[in-house]
Amino acid sequence: MNLERRLGWMLSAPAFILMVLVTAYPLCYAVVLSLYTYRLTDPDNRHFVGLHNYAVVLSDPIWWSALWTTAGITLVSVSVELVLGLAFAIVMLRAVRARALVRTSILIPYGITTVVSAFVWRYAFQLDSGFVNQWLQLGDYNWFADRWSSLCVITLSEVWKTTPFMSLLLLAGLVQVPEELQEAARVDGASAWQRLWKVTLPNMKASIMVAVLFRTLDAWRIFDNPFVMTRGANDTETLSILAYRQNVTLVNLGVGSAVSVLLFLSVLVIAGLFIKGFGTDLSRARGD
Amino acid sequence: MSDHKAPLWWTLYAGAVIVWAVFPLLWMLSLSFKDPLTFRDGTPAFLPEHFSWASYESVFADALFTSALLNSFAVASIATVLSVVVAMFAAYAIARLQFPGRTLLLSTALAIAMFPQAALVGPLFDMWRGLGIYDSWLGLVIPYLAFALPLSIWTLSAFFRQIPWEMEQAAQVDGATPWQAFRKVIVPLAAPGVFTTAILTFLFCWNEFLLAASLTSTDRARTVPAALSFFTGRSQYQSPVTAIMAASVVVTIPVVVIVLLFQRRIVAGLTAGAVKG
Repeated sequence: MNLERRLGWMLSAPAFILMVLVTAYPLCYAVVLSLYTYRLTDPDNRHFVGLHNYAVVLSDPIWWSALWTTAGITLVSVSVELVLGLAFAIVMLRAVRARALVRTSILIPYGITTVVSAFVWRYAFQLDSGFVNQWLQLGDYNWFADRWSSLCVITLSEVWKTTPFMSLLLLAGLVQVPEELQEAARVDGASAWQRLWKVTLPNMKASIMVAVLFRTLDAWRIFDNPFVMTRGANDTETLSILAYRQNVTLVNLGVGSAVSVLLFLSVLVIAGLFIKGFGTDLSRARGD
Repeated sequence: MSDHKAPLWWTLYAGAVIVWAVFPLLWMLSLSFKDPLTFRDGTPAFLPEHFSWASYESVFADALFTSALLNSFAVASIATVLSVVVAMFAAYAIARLQFPGRTLLLSTALAIAMFPQAALVGPLFDMWRGLGIYDSWLGLVIPYLAFALPLSIWTLSAFFRQIPWEMEQAAQVDGATPWQAFRKVIVPLAAPGVFTTAILTFLFCWNEFLLAASLTSTDRARTVPAALSFFTGRSQYQSPVTAIMAASVVVTIPVVVIVLLFQRRIVAGLTAGAVKG
């Protein structure tokens, strides 16, 4: 027994140490940096300022704009993906003859590089190269001139790219719903719509929760799509782009680290809300 | 959802899903074949007026792109191999051993999978410059390895749990040495799971952008996604649109080939890892 324990520790140690070292150490370093004024353009002028950087960030409308942009993209894209992903999962379950073909084709958005997806959609909407305005008879409407229309295109690309992941997770839950339950409900005269709401969805609650949790925290980190499409112009900057711009573009590591720490805390809050709200479902889904 | 309805409807829906998934690819292909000098004349259409290979020629003549291809391939391969090897040990422990650290390891993997990488770009940027591994393969491999590990560990441990490990003892009872039992019985059973995990991990690293954009600055280590996003064209008079699309087609071909060849495995790996962990 003791031997088994030791072997277990030894085998997991490399993975554990690597994961913690690469994330926890830099994160602690970010906490330290966030308490200093520190620009790489002026490294000698590094001095302790306490929580001043946090005050700077939290009193800046740019932070709040990025927070709401991120929240909006997350909410809309995850909701749309949940509905679309469920529809795709049902199609994959029912369209017996085309199943393999559907699976293969929806894996293409899953596998494609997000930067590539972002460029493809950007050029489809961009004035000088895109076909969308011609097809929709929109003339010279500039999608990227305005916050909301830019966010629409960004969200579209995000939804196209990540719905397959959602639908495959939902399909895994869907196939576990016993066919006899469907049959029994049908015999009792339930309509297809009633069976979906009363039989199918309650029986795959756990996998819906896992899919929504994963995608929410993934969408909250959105960087590639808005970066390629707008670079954050017209108030489309997300929290990840803000952290990137402060730290890497402006090399303002003091304020940038404060943004990093706040971004990390926001993820903790969301994860905490999920665990509080759906804790039992999640642990059941993870099979522990 | 009724089985009594003609299955024709489901086939039609399936067709709609396929169009939805493949259509942007056709657009990418079409745009990449447009003439880079004249494609913006007149109103843009979906299909090119005449096919042109010019963008592909310019992309392959560009050292920025060819070195980015090499960097992407090297960084993703190295990170994948290391991640899968390290994850194999951890997944074996999770699947077969009872020890108190098991839950800790699984929760750590879950936490890392949800960790916002953007929170690390500042400190990593500063640390890597101090250590002299900024803008190098190693500087990318280390964080890729850490962030790919949760995916590798989940997928592998889900596969390892399905292996009938008793067969190893059965083979030894039948007279095989422990090494023979491992090599002839366990390795063939474990290989598909390891291979699938490697595919998923490779795609993850191949597609990563944020860290690549933050921790590289030249063609020494810049990977394809970062090189594409900073590509501004051969001259300020020529639009980079068709060249970027041609490069996109080139880097999407391996993805499509992998998907076509291993469709079944990828689905099994994705769902096993995410649902059962």
